[in-house]
Amino acid sequence: MTFTQKTLGGAAALAIVASACLAEPALMYDLGGKFDKSFNEAAFNGAQRWAEETGNSYREIEVTAEAQRVQFATRMAEAGFNPVVVLGFANASTLEEVAPKYPDTSFVLVDMVVDLPNVRSVVFQEHEGSYLVGMLAAMATESNTIGFIGGMDIPLIRHFGCGYAQGAKAVNPEITVIANMTGTTPAAWNDPVKGGELTKAQISQGADVIYAAAGGTGVGVLQAAADADVLSIGVDSNQNHLHPGQVLTSMLKRVDNAVYNAFSDGPGLDAGIVSMGLSDDGVGYALDEHNAPLVSAEMKAAVDDARERIISGEIEVASYYTNDSCPAHDF
Amino acid sequence: MDFLTLLQVLDTTVRLATPLLFACLAGLVCERAGIFDIGLEGKMLASAFFSAAVAAISGSVWIGLLAGVTASMALAGVHGLASITFRGNQLISGVAINFLASGLTVLIAQDWFGQGGRTPSLSGGARFNEIKLPFADLLSGLPYIGQSYAELFSGHSILVYVGFLTVPLTWWVIFRTRFGLRLRAAGENPEAVDTAGVNVIRLRYTAIAICGLLCGLAGVYLATGLQAGFVKEMSSGRGFIALAALIFAKWRPWYALFSCLLFGFFQALSFRPDVVKAVTSLDVPGQLLDALPYILTVVILAGFVGKAIPPRAGGEPYVKEN
Repeated sequence: MTFTQKTLGGAAALAIVASACLAEPALMYDLGGKFDKSFNEAAFNGAQRWAEETGNSYREIEVTAEAQRVQFATRMAEAGFNPVVVLGFANASTLEEVAPKYPDTSFVLVDMVVDLPNVRSVVFQEHEGSYLVGMLAAMATESNTIGFIGGMDIPLIRHFGCGYAQGAKAVNPEITVIANMTGTTPAAWNDPVKGGELTKAQISQGADVIYAAAGGTGVGVLQAAADADVLSIGVDSNQNHLHPGQVLTSMLKRVDNAVYNAFSDGPGLDAGIVSMGLSDDGVGYALDEHNAPLVSAEMKAAVDDARERIISGEIEVASYYTNDSCPAHDF
Repeated sequence: MDFLTLLQVLDTTVRLATPLLFACLAGLVCERAGIFDIGLEGKMLASAFFSAAVAAISGSVWIGLLAGVTASMALAGVHGLASITFRGNQLISGVAINFLASGLTVLIAQDWFGQGGRTPSLSGGARFNEIKLPFADLLSGLPYIGQSYAELFSGHSILVYVGFLTVPLTWWVIFRTRFGLRLRAAGENPEAVDTAGVNVIRLRYTAIAICGLLCGLAGVYLATGLQAGFVKEMSSGRGFIALAALIFAKWRPWYALFSCLLFGFFQALSFRPDVVKAVTSLDVPGQLLDALPYILTVVILAGFVGKAIPPRAGGEPYVKEN
């Protein structure tokens, strides 16, 4: 084989590879990792569901350091993947940099808003879902003290905590809500030891239901709560099964639906802001065989009623984002 | 603030200080022998993973402990090989170990368990449970002394007690035995040790092995004592805080105990903003408390409060003159 033939053959092979990945969607996980039993894992489940139903494949990549965000997003767009779904609030700046360079690629950002013609921003009404689990916590507590443990101290996590405090105070205005953040750096998403100690500290202050919105750190919160025989509340994915009978419920954030929809819509999907809330089951609370004994019919009725009234607009849950403060809790 | 709250804060302090203490003493033995080791973090992480993984598979925390310590000692061996035998740069070797552990643990965990770099949750005999000291329940009614005994001294996992006993043991070995004298000499003036007919290379390898053992215990405690399983990067910088504590302690065992407890206390306080506010009537941000160990270390290094002088031959590979 001559050199020319080799080069041509190589070029042809490259062309085949390139056309094969064309229009295949890609998913970029955030720090915290694919199997965090929470946010990223929910996205993985959505992608997996899409792959099983359509028989198509997708590409995934996991960010392990801040510096990789732009690099990985660029690589995905460069390789012809479309749409490219990126997870996490921190990727807003990534897409602001990468998306304008690839106007023909559709990007989807979960958890933050970027105003660009080829970016769909999916945001969740976490405060509404958190409101419901806050109500459940307030009805389950015997000490009238409940806890909230956030991961990294960012407005998104305060948004969770704010909805939670409002829900709890709707049930019992006298309730005490203790809130702690694990840290101020991304390491706060992966420090179960600190999460566990924060849990113990909250328990010693009297908390007997603790809501963890902290990614991998939440594993430690749920563990410490189960060890001390108090209830905990999981987040993003259904975490009820982690400690059956000891996790009161989980605040579901259907990141899987966001990813599934993006993959189904395919290249050229509608850009703009998509807000997923209670009405379209974008957020909610988990009820399954693991926590059924913990949630009484009365509690369920009260929460379902509140859900209807939030959807109809009768109850308005204040958002932390509106003026960067929370009416129910001082962070 | 009532007495019980104080006890709870101190209780947290003890739990958080224990991994720091093990790692700090590990660094102490190593650096006293003239080997700088910034790979404490990596060894701790590797040990945390292997102890949790093997405990999850075997169902016995003791087999897990063995595996964790072995992993840590193996990495210590790599450090020894690179920095003693091949006379490489000790800092670079340490950094390499940190990277190696951080990547390797997640990779192996994914391969073994398929849970994204985590081990399954441990339960029952696969983790260290809290030990109740004798008469703890009986004495808990007694104000102050009894309460302290029941709340603060009782109810920790066995590794906490081992950690605190390691302090006098390290002191005795380093300052009261012939081995300790030679070890310190190897870190100050290895030529003198060699002239006296003692093998410097063997001494340093022994120090590194002890360092691996202690770091291993720190990791085991993180994954099977404090938590019930491994999560990626779960050591989250504790190896580096331990190094800071070592400098703060000026390379002395009893001071190390004090500095680790102090750093643990700062962390414990950052969990209880209500207590801080009640005592100081100031709104001290938790971030400041988290940063205090580093700030204090810088202050000490800058020579404001006494001088921290590291072992003189530290960081230098020993080359025998011909």
